[in-house]
Amino acid sequence: MTPISQAMADSATMLRRNLRHALRYPSLSVSSIITPILFLLLFVGVFGKALGKGVGGVDYIDYVTPGIILMAVASGCMSPSVAVAVDMTEGVIARFRTMPIARSSLLTGHVVGSMMQTLISLVLSVLAAVAMGYRPDAGLGGWLGAAGLMVLLTFALTWFAVALGLLAKGPEGASNSPLLIQFLPFLGSAIVPPDSMPAGVRWFAEYQPFTPMIEALRKLLMGQPAGHDAAVSVAWCVGVAVVGYLWSKRLFNRDPSR
Amino acid sequence: MTTKPVQTAIEVVGLRKAFGDKVVLDGLDFEVPRGTVFSLLGPNGAGKTTAVQILSTLIGADGGEARVAGRDVARDPDGVRRAIGVTGQYSAVDGLLTGRENLILMADLYRLGRAEGRRRADALLERFDLVEAAGKLASTYSGGMRRKLDIAMTLVAEPQIIFLDEPTTGLDPRSRRAMWEMVRSLVAGGVTIFLTTQYLDEADRLADRIGVLNGGRLVAEGTSEQLKRMVPGGHVVLRLAGPDGLDAAARVLPASARDDEALTLQVPSDGGVRSLRALLGRLEDEAIEVEEFSVHTPDLDDVFLALTGDTAGDAGDQQDDERKAASR
Repeated sequence: MTPISQAMADSATMLRRNLRHALRYPSLSVSSIITPILFLLLFVGVFGKALGKGVGGVDYIDYVTPGIILMAVASGCMSPSVAVAVDMTEGVIARFRTMPIARSSLLTGHVVGSMMQTLISLVLSVLAAVAMGYRPDAGLGGWLGAAGLMVLLTFALTWFAVALGLLAKGPEGASNSPLLIQFLPFLGSAIVPPDSMPAGVRWFAEYQPFTPMIEALRKLLMGQPAGHDAAVSVAWCVGVAVVGYLWSKRLFNRDPSR
Repeated sequence: MTTKPVQTAIEVVGLRKAFGDKVVLDGLDFEVPRGTVFSLLGPNGAGKTTAVQILSTLIGADGGEARVAGRDVARDPDGVRRAIGVTGQYSAVDGLLTGRENLILMADLYRLGRAEGRRRADALLERFDLVEAAGKLASTYSGGMRRKLDIAMTLVAEPQIIFLDEPTTGLDPRSRRAMWEMVRSLVAGGVTIFLTTQYLDEADRLADRIGVLNGGRLVAEGTSEQLKRMVPGGHVVLRLAGPDGLDAAARVLPASARDDEALTLQVPSDGGVRSLRALLGRLEDEAIEVEEFSVHTPDLDDVFLALTGDTAGDAGDQQDDERKAASR
């Protein structure tokens, strides 16, 4: 067996283990899957009338849905952080470390399992938005571009969240650190345009990574060209993914005695 | 069964490990021949768990060399991992999986194939009397059941060398005996066992060789018989009715040590029936009244206490506990 096929086989075994955990204790998965739908109901159904006045010219649901989709991805990254931190407290991890298996398979299993969960949440959010009146103009190309960008972002944020989970001292700490990531879309163009924000916050909103991603997603789903925003978003995603992956690997492989 | 050439299963030379400025292992040397049981005996904090963690590739050493199954633990950890199984002091089962799923997880990670993995899982459930609990989550198991599942998981891959870190700590007497039987049957099948324990009778019953670890060093190593010979031999204690009796007895038995206050006389003896009968016969002949009579054979407790002195349970305890927590 080559090292790569061995790593794939071990990761698949670990993925089965994680999915079984998720099915057995579904509360964490369910909450991260339905949170974006609740946001959608809140921002469209409850605040939509007032907020819609600030976006100028478009239906508010058309403006906010890409933001909510992004928040689905951002809130989905909470669960791998907590799941990894909880897992690290389990005695069985020490056993895995003394077995002849691919070292990274445990983390890969978490990442793939969590990505599946986040992408389910994302699809449900889109379906809920469509049911509430969201009418994107995108053609096939726009949809594929949007889907590709979201998968890439999910991959990047999930690896980053795994690193945060490994870094945390315990499950409680792990549930705090991703809060920052979950909060970031609010300080971007997810809910209202940055133009409407105070100067300092506006400056932050323009340069933080979620803004170009939301803009790119919005344009792709509107059937408009998203060239510059898409390029910046892909660059951010690749950067975060590389940092998250290398950092996770390093944290997991550190000698537990040092 | 094919006979394999005699070979060293574990070879340790000058192994050193410190956590911060606390030295836990201070130059450990020993060899464990294949197919034998080696027991590392020591008080809490002596460094037993640290030794197991280094030999099982969980943590790195600071100095020295260790070869397990002929592979260097630092240079070829995966080679070592292919040959070993580890059951630590803290339960290494997945609480969110059932007993059977835990075993199948191991089989999958060892790539035994679907049918073979399930066959071994079911055979182990049978062997460890866990068939009824097979479908329940491991988190609902009692301590003894968890330990059994833990060992069963270690055995899925049929390792040649098994590390058992205090395997019977916290078990009831029946489970302890079952564990001892299991160790014996594994050794009969050619497996090498590295066992740490704080229980002297456990080392005495199971181990071919015993190493006494104290303050990061092996203060003694040998068979249980050899170790027992290292401390003052067996004796008989006689308690006499009064000072006159003590004087009379001391005259008859000149090689003895007397304690005037307790009115006792300690007489060297091998504890055998013949010599005891002779001893009592001589006292009878002199009409000396003996109130109380007890026979003491040296046991590993004497060895342990003599060798580990009163340094047992010092600051090392805390360090070792932190160690265990950190390596979860």
